[in-house]
Amino acid sequence: MAEKKQFQKGKMVPVPSVSIIPERDLDKSPILECSHLGIDFGGLTAVNEFNVTVGRTEIAGLIGPNGAGKTTVFNLLTKVYQPTRGTILLDGLDTHGKTPSQVNRMGIARTFQNIRLFNNLTVEDNVKIGLHNQEKYSMFSGILRLPKYWRQEKAAHERALELLSIFDMQDLANHQAGSLPYGAQRRLEIVRALATNPSLLLLDEPAAGMNPSETAELMENIVKIRDTFQIAIMLIEHDMSLVMGICEGICVLNFGQIIAKGTAEEIQSNPTVIEAYLGKQQ
Amino acid sequence: MKKINKNSLNGFINYGIVIAAFAVIQALLGMGRLSNSLQSLLVPACCYIVMAVSLNLTVGILGELSLGHGGFMSLGAFSGIAASILLQNAIPLAPARLAVSMAVGALAGALGGVIVGVPVLRLQGDYLAIVTLAFGQIIKNIIMVLYVGVDERGIHIAASSERFDLAPGGTAIIKGPMGAVGVTKLATFTAGFILILITLAVVQNLVNSRAGRAIMALRDNRIAAESVGINTTKYKLMAFVTSAALAGAAGALFGLNYSSTGASKFDFNTSILVLVFVVLGGLGSIRGSIIAAALLYVLPEMLRGLGLNDFRMLIYAIVLILVMLATNNDQLKALLGRVIPKRKGAVTSG
Ligand SMILES: Nc1ncnc2c1ncn2[C@@H]1O[C@H](COP(=O)(O)OP(=O)(O)OP(=O)(O)O)[C@@H](O)[C@H]1O
Ligand SMILES: [Mg+2]
Repeated sequence: MAEKKQFQKGKMVPVPSVSIIPERDLDKSPILECSHLGIDFGGLTAVNEFNVTVGRTEIAGLIGPNGAGKTTVFNLLTKVYQPTRGTILLDGLDTHGKTPSQVNRMGIARTFQNIRLFNNLTVEDNVKIGLHNQEKYSMFSGILRLPKYWRQEKAAHERALELLSIFDMQDLANHQAGSLPYGAQRRLEIVRALATNPSLLLLDEPAAGMNPSETAELMENIVKIRDTFQIAIMLIEHDMSLVMGICEGICVLNFGQIIAKGTAEEIQSNPTVIEAYLGKQQ
Repeated sequence: MKKINKNSLNGFINYGIVIAAFAVIQALLGMGRLSNSLQSLLVPACCYIVMAVSLNLTVGILGELSLGHGGFMSLGAFSGIAASILLQNAIPLAPARLAVSMAVGALAGALGGVIVGVPVLRLQGDYLAIVTLAFGQIIKNIIMVLYVGVDERGIHIAASSERFDLAPGGTAIIKGPMGAVGVTKLATFTAGFILILITLAVVQNLVNSRAGRAIMALRDNRIAAESVGINTTKYKLMAFVTSAALAGAAGALFGLNYSSTGASKFDFNTSILVLVFVVLGGLGSIRGSIIAAALLYVLPEMLRGLGLNDFRMLIYAIVLILVMLATNNDQLKALLGRVIPKRKGAVTSG
């Protein structure tokens, strides 16, 4: 613990980022602080000067036209790409030089815009793979089937069903993940990410391909997840009813730059945002 | 109340098949109904079954291509033979010496797996295929020039016959191109049967555990596996080294089944042969590997008299290419799908 504190001190954000934290989270330290975050692909600057702070129990939205760099931000946060510039602090700890799996163990979990499930495995196994770092027995306990194996496998089985029940999917536990309908695959990805016990959950277009009633249900479930797990959720979404409905802080990206930050009302009346979106429509 | 997990059920069926086959063969042996030539195939068939199941761990369950499984078998064979000769006086009881020699073979295989795996499995891409291919060749070439012997002054290792100065009373273990000679044949069919059961237990229990799920997650989607906190290199290495260790044990049993064994018995052809068993049996299907290895090893041996033997590798190669085409070509898949009822569920431990 002492070591953690020290680390925290030396790596605080040099320039305080503009806060979009909801009031109830203000007295606690933010879960995520990005400052001057940016990445270049060859000559193309895909993301630049990304300064965002997310509160402990905030539902934050990241929106913007196609190709704005939203998914790239998620890939930077989860270290699929190493940033060219800037720092990312998760719970005050710098994630510099970490691998994607290390960042997950630090507390960031995500879903993917183009679904990435373990298609040949069952729904339950997909969730159990999410529980990987919660289970603690060694390969040898597994091969020799020691009591530790049976105990933890039973716990993992129960936990997996419990997590699946968030989306009422426990009956699908023995189905092959790749054979599920599209919407169910998206929900399973969220469950798998939640299984890793994150403090920040990143959802990349969770409502894509869902019909309005599925989307409405998803909105309720996202809020329910935040309330029960008391975690921060950051989501990318093109469905404005979802974003404006549940996101407390919203950040708008265009050509890799943040053009606006604020609450739903502020964003909806922001002339720059309207221009960016209308410009795209014409 | 509690349903039996489908994977564990499949596992039990596999044990059942192996035990039943063993019982039937033992009965036939007892009645004297098995010809000498068939009897001589029993131990090597067991070895090839272990080879196929263990290679399936790397190719089918981890999803990495290995073209040098024979190299690990070779390591196991020669280290196992050396152990059996060196321990002749220390462990007079033959089955115990065989068990220890197989354990030594497994260790040697595992060591080879670590040496190949640590640098290569960090990389993404098909590097493992290339490096294992080279590895098999290198092991063969090293053993071709290696002289190992023991006399009252201790163990002698040399890279050429001139420098190999064994005292007159000493025992040569490996003699370069001639390989291992004067080996006491310790291998038994029962030992082969037990090794298959151990292999099944290791692979099947691994697959149905936390580590096995991590391994299959890497196969299905590496980026997603990393996103849920799985350490890629660690689990790739775990599968690969386990696979190599089992191949080493099979090699030791194989080597101790003949009075002399040359390095050329574990060449590229051997590696490809085992790969053919795995692909034909079905990637990820343990039962498929067992059946394919048993049938495809024993049948051609029985047909040796028909003069087909010269074409054996050619036939395997053609069959392998056809299977690869069939599994990659959508039209062919659709055609096969109409002929063969679709297999349901996961390709895990079927
Ligand atoms: N690996 C890469 N190499 C080169 N360019 C990339 C790479 N990844 C993303 N880009 C570029 O970065 C820009 C932002 O892409 P990104 O996928 O982040 O957009 P997005 O906001 O998620 O769009 P969408 O709404 O369509 O998902 C695009 O111009 C894209 O071509
Ligand atoms: Mg995107």
